[in-house]
Amino acid sequence: MNILTNPKKLRGFERHLKVENVSRRSILKGLGIAGGFALAAPVMSRPAFAAYETGASKMPHGTVVDPRVFVSIAPDGIVTIVGHRAEMGTGVRTSLPLIVAEEMEADWSRVRVQQAPGDEVKYGNQDTDGSRSTRHYLMPMRQIGASARSMLEAAAAKRWGVPATEVKARNHEVVHAASGRKIGFGELAADAARESVPGIEGLKLKDPKDFRYLGKGQIGIVDLRDITVGKAHYGADIRLPGLKYAVIARPPVTGGKVKSFDAAEAMKVSGVEKVLEVKGWPWPSKFQPLGGVAVIARNTGAAIKGRDALKIVWDDGANGKYDSVAYRASLEEAARKPGLVVRKEGDADAALKSADKVITGEYYVPHLAHVSMEPPVAVADVKGDKCEIWAPVQSAGGTREDVAKTLGIPDANVTVNVTLLGGGFGRKSKCDFAIEAALLSKELGAPVKVQWTREDDVRHGFLHTVSLERIEAGLDKSGKVIAWRHRSVAPTIASTFAAGAKHEAPFELGMGLIDNPFEIANLQCENPEAAAHTRIGWFRAVSNIPRAFAVQSMVAEIASATKRDPKDMLLELIGSPRLVNLSSVKDPWNYGEPYSSYPIDTARLRKVVELVADKGGWGRSVPKGHGLGIAVHRSFVSYIATIVEVAIDDKGKLTVPRVDTAIDCGTYVNPERIESQIEGAAIMGLSLAKYGEITFKDGKVQQGNFDDFPVIRMDESPLVTHVYIVPPGPDTPPSGVGEPGVPPFAPALINAIFAATGKRIRSLPIGKQLEA
Amino acid sequence: MIKVKINGQEQNWDGDPDLPLLWFLRDEVGLTGTKYGCGQALCGSCTVIIDKQAVRACITSVSDVAGRDVTTIEGLHPTGDHPVQKAWRQLNVPQCGYCQTGQIMQGAALLMDNPKPSHDQIREAMAGNICRCGCYQRIENAVHLASTGV
Repeated sequence: MNILTNPKKLRGFERHLKVENVSRRSILKGLGIAGGFALAAPVMSRPAFAAYETGASKMPHGTVVDPRVFVSIAPDGIVTIVGHRAEMGTGVRTSLPLIVAEEMEADWSRVRVQQAPGDEVKYGNQDTDGSRSTRHYLMPMRQIGASARSMLEAAAAKRWGVPATEVKARNHEVVHAASGRKIGFGELAADAARESVPGIEGLKLKDPKDFRYLGKGQIGIVDLRDITVGKAHYGADIRLPGLKYAVIARPPVTGGKVKSFDAAEAMKVSGVEKVLEVKGWPWPSKFQPLGGVAVIARNTGAAIKGRDALKIVWDDGANGKYDSVAYRASLEEAARKPGLVVRKEGDADAALKSADKVITGEYYVPHLAHVSMEPPVAVADVKGDKCEIWAPVQSAGGTREDVAKTLGIPDANVTVNVTLLGGGFGRKSKCDFAIEAALLSKELGAPVKVQWTREDDVRHGFLHTVSLERIEAGLDKSGKVIAWRHRSVAPTIASTFAAGAKHEAPFELGMGLIDNPFEIANLQCENPEAAAHTRIGWFRAVSNIPRAFAVQSMVAEIASATKRDPKDMLLELIGSPRLVNLSSVKDPWNYGEPYSSYPIDTARLRKVVELVADKGGWGRSVPKGHGLGIAVHRSFVSYIATIVEVAIDDKGKLTVPRVDTAIDCGTYVNPERIESQIEGAAIMGLSLAKYGEITFKDGKVQQGNFDDFPVIRMDESPLVTHVYIVPPGPDTPPSGVGEPGVPPFAPALINAIFAATGKRIRSLPIGKQLEA
Repeated sequence: MIKVKINGQEQNWDGDPDLPLLWFLRDEVGLTGTKYGCGQALCGSCTVIIDKQAVRACITSVSDVAGRDVTTIEGLHPTGDHPVQKAWRQLNVPQCGYCQTGQIMQGAALLMDNPKPSHDQIREAMAGNICRCGCYQRIENAVHLASTGV
């Protein structure tokens, strides 16, 4: 039971494992480039517990299910449960411990949550990304809780000298019904700790009908009170004795470096203590820092003022000519020529030639920046060959490995304390800011906080890619779609790991391209080449954003051309209820999940369309200037459909009176947090559709703050977002929630604008396109 | 020497008088509930209250507030039970929570000025505060709930 996933002990397993680049940080391995990371092996026999298998065991360091690692009970009865994933707003720091509490019959009011430091050997994988925490950890957390419960019951039974089968844990105590005896968890703690951890075979999970917390949604997040009184601690809130405050001037062009600098004026700024160069790595270098010049001061304000006074001459390097206007033209050119075929069914080329009508759409989505409200920030304290980090990182274990490697010390010498994250959205999966703090602390021999300003965040991040999706749909005389050719061109995230990567990786192709669920006889997906000129990274929902925008816009375009109702058109294209056969795809990826547990189930896809159409009043009459649009998309193995109502006045001003979203995310833990994620996804979707655009000129990002990279504010946010959650069937595996709400929003909005105005927008952001 | 009263307590500053109040609060005084989000009064994460007015601490210098009373989230209510804070908890408003102290301060300032704002007035008054997680629907409802007495 107590199986630790020490990678050193697992080498023998490796050759039996199919290597999959399911982890965002282990992508190097998947790309076939030498890298020193540990592969995970299955650490438990899951089938004993559930009718489904997940990709959890394939993540670095897999899963640890030892209750002694995750649960401790104090003599006063307070149960402490470890939260080992990063809290960035999804509620995971509450929901995973809640699962443990549910199974062990702990009373939530007597549970405290303790944040795990980065230690994947001890806790299992900690990469909080890919909308996978609940889907990978629902069962392991239940198992941990059930083990703890069983140990408490065994201890009570021994004390009373009765068979363990006669006692039962219930609400923080163990009860012997026959004699009416009761004993609290606190009193049993010491004895229970001496019990051996039960094997899987003997464990019994609770019957879901007895759940007190799971699926109920009445539990607020554990940090709720602290957040409202200003006591919640984010990365920026760490204070240490002797702490130095640093900001860094980084090369304005990706891959650039410092040629020379003059610190004289900066040193004159009150509070500035030191100016020094920071080591940078040649691009691409995964998550290593960009380098630059750091200003160290007694407070952040002085450091920023000092940085403003720096005079730096930069060497821009190879990307100094990156220009978004020219780059877009190159994407369009590439998309109009054949590219690498990544899925082929039937003969789309021939069918398009023989089609009665071909509808072509080219859909453009520019670079996007994450702009989490808390910009990247980290505190590091390096003492000799030891390093302690405090940072808002999505990948605590990965941060530990990368910092250790950079400093040339063993992983065990690095402690990564995970603070709350003031938003993540994929940006904080990359730990460059923590490495910067570690380098500076080592250099200065003092604890250092590196604070990124908003401008740093916008200009030096790991941007969402820029993409051109070209779809050609061939129709026969009756208007039936007989051919579909989808070319997707975008610089790949792989380019951040390996120089010269020009094709999208399986995990990008698998986000709405090769996993197209439509029932079309001749279907082809292609991926022409695109070179990257800046750091490309994961942004909430990743490639699903442009793909859903393109595919779901095209559906509405076909509906319009054939005078069909868009919802009916959508259902016709999805076709019969079935499990989509992806056998023609070399690597279907499927979000790292086994297809047997998580197939593309068109019955579920149809169901969310029908549910949102029903609840959201599809087809209702709306006032003049208003319009309804619909879109559906499967991502992160969840199914989501959205209807957006727009209102556009005679000046082209766009407002959103109402949003309706239906989600099928399988078995779930906290419906209240699902609703909040979907409400937020609508606003992020509206932000990117209406305003989201990062552009480059002369290799430099042209935006810097919320004035030129605006996001939606309250006065433009949807008046109301309704969320409908599909009740899970028995044993329906849990699936993603954090990301999948985003992709269907933009196409539903754009389709609604078409319904209201007859104007078809194929290029995001909307910007001033409605004003013309 | 600049003297500023923060949450009723006098604080002294003999450094750069132009230092933004935000960094004075966070790095020098140690009140970290006031957050940095943009540095240009574009996002409202650093909102504090001075003379019943919501003020962006990132573009306000320490010298600007010499001799004034500054209230931060830590001083909004002695036990953290201001009606806006209570409404926030009742409606489970936050996601990541980072911008929420600024939102709460803005909401509290709004209610000082207009105890019974309409939904439109709330949407307008809160439009200077960005929430990237997108909690706006709940923020709007929480400010409204607070105005009805929690």
